[in-house]
Amino acid sequence: MVMTDIPTKLVYERPEVLQPIVTHYCPGCTHGVAHRLVAEVLEEMGEAENAIGVASVGCSVFIYNYFDIDFVEAAHGRAPAMATGIKRVYPDRTVFTYQGDGDLASIGMGEIVGAASRGEKLTVIFINNANYGMTGGQMAPTTLPGQKTSSSPTGREVGRQGHPIQTAELLSTLDGSAYIVRRSLHSTREIRRAKQAIRTAFEVQKHNLGFSLVELLSTCPTNWGLSPVEARDWIEERMLPYYPLGDYKVSPAVAELKF
Amino acid sequence: MAKELIKGNTAVAEAALRYGLEAYFGYPITPQTELLEHLSARMPELGRPFVQAESELGAINMVYGAACTGKRVMTSSSSPGVSLMMEGLSYIAGTEVPAVLVDVVRGGPGLGNIAPAQGDYNQIVHGGGHGDYHMIVLAPASVQEAVDLTGLAFDLAEKYRMVAVLLLDGSIGQMMEPAELPPMQPLKKEVPDWAVRGSKRGERRVLTSINLDPPAQEVMNLRLMTRWQEIEANEVRFKEYFLDDAEYVVVGFGTAGRIALSAVRAAREKGIKVGLLRPITVAPFPGPVLEELTQRVKGFLVVEMNAGQMLEDVRLVVRGRKPVEFFGRMGGVMPFPDEVLTEIERLVKEPLTTEGHPRDRWLARLRETIG
Repeated sequence: MVMTDIPTKLVYERPEVLQPIVTHYCPGCTHGVAHRLVAEVLEEMGEAENAIGVASVGCSVFIYNYFDIDFVEAAHGRAPAMATGIKRVYPDRTVFTYQGDGDLASIGMGEIVGAASRGEKLTVIFINNANYGMTGGQMAPTTLPGQKTSSSPTGREVGRQGHPIQTAELLSTLDGSAYIVRRSLHSTREIRRAKQAIRTAFEVQKHNLGFSLVELLSTCPTNWGLSPVEARDWIEERMLPYYPLGDYKVSPAVAELKF
Repeated sequence: MAKELIKGNTAVAEAALRYGLEAYFGYPITPQTELLEHLSARMPELGRPFVQAESELGAINMVYGAACTGKRVMTSSSSPGVSLMMEGLSYIAGTEVPAVLVDVVRGGPGLGNIAPAQGDYNQIVHGGGHGDYHMIVLAPASVQEAVDLTGLAFDLAEKYRMVAVLLLDGSIGQMMEPAELPPMQPLKKEVPDWAVRGSKRGERRVLTSINLDPPAQEVMNLRLMTRWQEIEANEVRFKEYFLDDAEYVVVGFGTAGRIALSAVRAAREKGIKVGLLRPITVAPFPGPVLEELTQRVKGFLVVEMNAGQMLEDVRLVVRGRKPVEFFGRMGGVMPFPDEVLTEIERLVKEPLTTEGHPRDRWLARLRETIG
């Protein structure tokens, strides 16, 4: 039997929405995984060419180099406001922001709460890796109690440096929020669940049901000082207890959503 | 259309809408709020987006997003709110997208007060946000002029892909006077080639103000500066009064210019050969006409509702060749015409000098008055 007779089935390839280039992300960083999930969902929904992305300030500042879709680049923290401006003039487009934890939960807390409370029909992909990645691993609003960073060198001392912000829980209290969930990218199983959540979030937008956000627990091996495998385990052992995975807000209309 | 008695803020709001405003994003702040209130009712009536933002930061970044679609967009605020918008204005400048800002200036610094002032001239005309950029700045002196310049602001912003500012002071915003509003104009149909709109509608578009490569950033900076030179050459606007035979010239913009005009008229009745130069565009600054006047008049009096901010732009043109004096009121205090008349008479009677700084002489006099 010759090799060419073996029936082949292609089960995994680069989504066309992603550009065929190497990203600048560190080895073991899950930004690439999150990008891919967003790309797969946009492609499967046929929304890629109807989408306008809003990049934020952080490691993903150059996300528009990796996606073959229209993009704008926001000031630090302001992506939800910029996305609001776009979505309000183009209600039929799929508009999403892709933001890290420093961007969304610190400098941009006003803008994200404003957008969620107004029930803007936006989708937010929120990367929580417990530190400021791009500037070299400083303490973020999501940094865990006791976690060492370059600006909490002896470990985050909550009495002096405050407590971490649980973003999904916080935003779930707002009536404008239609779909707020937390997922993780530390295992194959969780990556599959994350993709389902991202799909749901974009469907929520497509069906005009309100504000949607998927918080993704992500690795940052370089700034955590861990190998990619250790970083994956660190999410499971350290982050999951503080940031439990789950559906924090699923509005009745979203619960009935079929797609 | 017939004239109607209308408040400045409301008139600008209605004019913007009739000139084809497609989306408005703002935040309440006195003395600008009627503008936002008017559009909160009118924009939804016409099915156009209106958002009361969570802050001025939110508002200007909503404008930034909508401006990236090439739609005709606007925000409005007053001094403390505009300070918060400086970040967004810099980003809009760095992305080369058009937007209009209406700044109804009040007394400062800090919270200051809600009375009319011109203390934000430097902030608006000479930057305020970070980086090398310029904005076109139009300074009306009446409700009618504010209405007319609203349309011009949109046209210039879109022609040059930059921010155009309508720089009012609180009195223009709050004052009611007769004005004729423009007829309702259709919304523009074409989407600019550079705008984001979803890539199935054309080539993929990415709009950003980031440029990590310094030489490439410098090329962009050069493009902005070249465009600004083009604007300086083509878009200067001013009003002149009694300048033909003037021996002395008062220079003032907005409400200060309007008050100065009353003083100039009173001085003319007394036989003083004085005229008024009132810049409409404070950016680009009307340098050429001032240069021409420098050649032929005996001296200048700059009148502002601040501590002498445009004064420095006048001095840069005059360059010590003729005496320049200054009179201003600050902090939300408005000058009276007779105060300006007294200054004009001083200009004519007292020996003039090009030595020292006119601000120092004015401050000494002001201390005697209010000290």
